[in-house]
Amino acid sequence: MENVVELKNISVTFDEEKVLDHIDLKIKDKEFVTLLGPSGCGKTTTLRVIAGFVRPDEGDVLFEGESISALPPHKRQVNTIFQRYALFPHLNVYENIAFGLRVKKVPEKEIKQAVADILKLVNLSGYEKRNISKLSGGQQQRVAIARAIINRPKVLLLDEPLAALDLKLRKDMQVELKNIQKSLGITFIFVTHDQEEALAMSDTVVVMNEGIIQQIGTPQDIYNEPENAFVADFIGESNILDGIMKKDFLAVINGREFECLDSGFNPNERVDIVIRPEDVDIVPLDKGMLEGEVTSVTFLGVHYEIIVDVCGFKWMIQTTDENKVGERVGLFIEPDALHVMKKSKYSGMYGDYSTFSDEIEHLSDLEEDEE
Amino acid sequence: MNNAKIKNPKPKNYNPIICTPYTVWSIIFIIVPLFMVAYYAFTDKTGAFTFDNIAELPRYAKTFGISLVYSVEATIICLIIAYPLAYFMSNMKAGPKRMLSMLIMLPMWMNFLIRTYSWITILARTGIINTLLEKIGIGPLKLINTPGAIILGMVYNFLPYMVLPIYTAMLKLDHSLLEAADDLGASPFMRLRKVILPLSMPGVISGITMVFVPCVSTFYISQKLGGGKTMLIGDVIEMQFQSAYNYNLGAAISLILMVLILISLAVMNHFADKDDEEGGLIV
Repeated sequence: MENVVELKNISVTFDEEKVLDHIDLKIKDKEFVTLLGPSGCGKTTTLRVIAGFVRPDEGDVLFEGESISALPPHKRQVNTIFQRYALFPHLNVYENIAFGLRVKKVPEKEIKQAVADILKLVNLSGYEKRNISKLSGGQQQRVAIARAIINRPKVLLLDEPLAALDLKLRKDMQVELKNIQKSLGITFIFVTHDQEEALAMSDTVVVMNEGIIQQIGTPQDIYNEPENAFVADFIGESNILDGIMKKDFLAVINGREFECLDSGFNPNERVDIVIRPEDVDIVPLDKGMLEGEVTSVTFLGVHYEIIVDVCGFKWMIQTTDENKVGERVGLFIEPDALHVMKKSKYSGMYGDYSTFSDEIEHLSDLEEDEE
Repeated sequence: MNNAKIKNPKPKNYNPIICTPYTVWSIIFIIVPLFMVAYYAFTDKTGAFTFDNIAELPRYAKTFGISLVYSVEATIICLIIAYPLAYFMSNMKAGPKRMLSMLIMLPMWMNFLIRTYSWITILARTGIINTLLEKIGIGPLKLINTPGAIILGMVYNFLPYMVLPIYTAMLKLDHSLLEAADDLGASPFMRLRKVILPLSMPGVISGITMVFVPCVSTFYISQKLGGGKTMLIGDVIEMQFQSAYNYNLGAAISLILMVLILISLAVMNHFADKDDEEGGLIV
């Protein structure tokens, strides 16, 4: 597979603030790529650089191997689905969808056929004459998709397209978008701050923070082998512990030795160790590798989410057994549950559940900036 | 009015105590004067009912015609100047934007009569422009007391009323719509024609209304800059009240002028507003 879009050393600065810091990214043809990160991480800016709405201060944008940095947006062969759809309020559904073909002076007969086909694809047949303001959020979303893909772009850019939909609809649209992508064979570059959405839909996930790409990989790579503490914390729940790599396949946490599957570190190198909450087993005290006190129990239906204090570090553990607050328990961890990472600037910033306020983080993520 | 009230249920936040002052105001200063105009228009000096005033109007047909033509011209010129100005203004950075809208508003802080009067000293035979022209040898031109001077006066005085509503409409334009047009392959000109123009139409319509209506009924501009040679319908009305003391004829002309304005606006709205609900601001 060849690269359809390539970003080379892209830097963008707004008002002296570095929004993108020397980004390099290769996107393969027909791939579903997700740019994932918190507010202000530069993911939307990356998308806008590809669309041509933002001129990078440095670097080059290649499209099928040729530089398009100098091309204005209307001459680029990509189409965008905007966060709030940006449908034209003065045009009806038909005219909105036909817009791109109209400006290309496609004969009216072909437009008519194309619009009918695309409406069928997005399940909106018969809505041609509808006023945009009379459509529900989900229907507007479909019109926005139809308006973009009718132009048969090589690459479709999606800027948090599902953020405004409610949970149920969002799940349905995830499946539908994925199906559209497969059946049309178009490259999708999808921006989201929702890690579940990213894992569920993508072939490749690009995790960004502070204008820098933190990790590029398949959803499995990103989840199982996070590059650093930021990625580990941002994708799913994780306990990130300070540890020492005594030698290959042997790590030390809280003075206790743990077997693991990682190697290639210097002897006695200080490292960050990720242990996912679902990989810790609660066992009787005498059978545990570590012991701690349960400080909080939350029932979530599928499992309990409990917080266990081990020597001052609060672990999150997901378990199907009921435990009581104040109870002392043992923790058992299999060697394959440990993932060892090099120390980074994010070490020590994440992975402790002593405050446990990620709900609030999620809420603030919804107010994604557009700058 | 009673019928209308029965048909349309009162809005939820209708509060008689808050609404009363406005109702009283409208009755005293809008409804009653309108009835008085109608009363005078259909009575003679003794107060007896008559159609004589209306019957006299054809004498003023030419004046009506001139007023309408001048006003349409002034409105079109205002639109041609204001639209690009509003467009560029809305795209400016915050600082220059504030500066320019200030400059556009500034003349409105001065009295309308003084503003118009000052044009005499600019356009007069011995005025600023002619003095300069003479110095470079183009001789004095007849600038004042011409139809051109009247239209200039109208454009100058009413231009802000065209710029501001269009500017406001442009500011309200969602920037992502322009990006969407770009994204779908529209060139900047196409984007202007297919997105910006239709979406700023409500501003254009209120601008046209706010310029055309005062233009067509003005009298001071034509007296000062037209030298009294070109009578506009506003002058005729003013004359009936101020010097001829024929209130009845004055009222009749006013009434017909009002009807003409309503018809012009209705025609304009009909063409401009095909499916746009915000367009019909006046009629």
